[in-house]
Amino acid sequence: MHLEQYGTVGIFLVVAVGFVLVTFAISRIFRPQRPTEAQLQPYECGEPTIGPSWIQYNVRYYVFALLFVIFDVEVAFLIPWALVFKQLGLFALVEMLVFLFILIFGLFYAWKKGVLKWV
Amino acid sequence: MDWITIVIIAVKVVVVFAVLLTGCAWMTWLERKLVARIQTRLGPMNAGFQGLLQPIADMIKLLLKEDISPKHVDKMIYALAPLAAFIPATLSIAVVPFGSSVELFGRHIDLVISNLNIGILYVLAVTSLGVYAIAMAGWSSNSKYSLLGGIRSAAQMISYEIGLGLSIVVVVLLSGTVNLVEMVNQQSSILQWNVFANPVAFLIYFICAVAETNRNPFDLPEAESELVAGYFTEYSSMKFGMFFVGEYANMITVGAIATTLFFGGWQGPFLPPVLWFVIKVAAFMVFYIWTRGTLPRFRYDQLMNFGWKVLLPVAVLNVLVTALIKLW
Repeated sequence: MHLEQYGTVGIFLVVAVGFVLVTFAISRIFRPQRPTEAQLQPYECGEPTIGPSWIQYNVRYYVFALLFVIFDVEVAFLIPWALVFKQLGLFALVEMLVFLFILIFGLFYAWKKGVLKWV
Repeated sequence: MDWITIVIIAVKVVVVFAVLLTGCAWMTWLERKLVARIQTRLGPMNAGFQGLLQPIADMIKLLLKEDISPKHVDKMIYALAPLAAFIPATLSIAVVPFGSSVELFGRHIDLVISNLNIGILYVLAVTSLGVYAIAMAGWSSNSKYSLLGGIRSAAQMISYEIGLGLSIVVVVLLSGTVNLVEMVNQQSSILQWNVFANPVAFLIYFICAVAETNRNPFDLPEAESELVAGYFTEYSSMKFGMFFVGEYANMITVGAIATTLFFGGWQGPFLPPVLWFVIKVAAFMVFYIWTRGTLPRFRYDQLMNFGWKVLLPVAVLNVLVTALIKLW
C-alpha cells in the first residue's frame, strides 16, 4: 500500500524530469548557437567586472541560517506532537511548553544581543 | 497491482502535469492582463483574442532563444539549477487531492495522484528543496547580481519557512492527521473549514507562502531595479524558462495546498468537485496578482525583522493557544 503510493510519486518525478530534458533537447535543436566574446562576459550592465564575483558576504546570513536550523528542527518535533496531542493531553502540553520556552528564551536572548538587527 | 492500475496512474500523472503547466502558462497571461488593468493599461492584445495566445508565443520565443552560458560559470551547478527549481515546484502537487473519486469503466479511481499517509510532511520537505535551486543558481553564475540575489533569497526563504511550518502544525493540531485526503474529508461544510477554526494560522501561512514563492511584496531576490533579475540574471533561453515556469508552478502549488489545508479542498455544493478545486485555486492566483499590483516592496531589514520578530513569536503563540483551546 505505502510502497504503491511512493511509487506513484516516483512516476511523477520521472515525468517531471523527462519534461525538462525533452524541452531542453527541443530547444537545443532549434536555437541558434553563435557565442561571441562579449556575450560570454558576466553581466554587469555593460561595465567590465572588477575583481572576482565570488565575494565575501555579510556574516549575518550565517547567524540567520543557524537560527533557522534550530527552529526548523523545532517544527519537525512539533508535527508528531500535534498529531497525537489529543491522546496525550495536558502532560504533552506542559512538556511542549518547557521545550518552547527554552527556544523562545534563546530567540529573545539573540534579539537582545542585537543578532537580529539588520543594518 | 495489475497493468491497468499502472496505466491509470500514468494517465493521472500526465493529465495533472499537463494541467499544471497549462495553468502556469495562462497564469502569466492573467497576471499581465490584471496588472495592466490595475495600472490602466491594456496588457497583451495582439496574439489572439485579448492576447490569449500570448503564452504560446512566449513559449516558442523562449525555445528559440540562444542559450548563453557565460565563460566563468561553475558549469555543472549552473546547468543543474534550473532542474532543481522546476522539479520540486511541480512535485508537491502530487499529494493534493483535487476530487473525491469517480467510477470509470467499472473501476474506482481516486482523484489524487498519491494518497501519502504523511502528505503534509512530504509537502514541507519538497517545498523546502526550492531554496537549493536559488542558492545553486546564485552561486554558480559567478556574477555579483546573481550572488547577492541568491543569498538574499536563501535567507528570506529559510526565515519564512519556519512560520510556514508552524502554521501547518496548527492545522495538524486541529485535524489530528497529516494525511491531506483525510483533512479535506473533515472540512465537509463551510463551517468546518480550518480557516474559520484558526484564521491566524491561515494569515501566517499565506504571508509565508508569498515570501517563499518570492512574490511581491517579498520579491527582493528579483528586485529588478537594484539586482537586474537576482539569481537568474545570467540565465537565458529555456534555462531561464524553467525558473520562470517553476515560480508559477510554485504559486499554483501553494494555492492548491492552502485550499486543501484551510478552505475545504474540493468540497463545495452544486458544482463538480474538480471545478470547485480549480475555482478556489484560481481565487488564490487572482489574490496573488492583486497584491502584486497593489503593494510596494519591503526593504530588506523590514523583511527580516518582520519574519523573526513578528511572525515567529505570533506563530509560536498561535500553536500554544490552539493547543490550550483543544485541551479545554
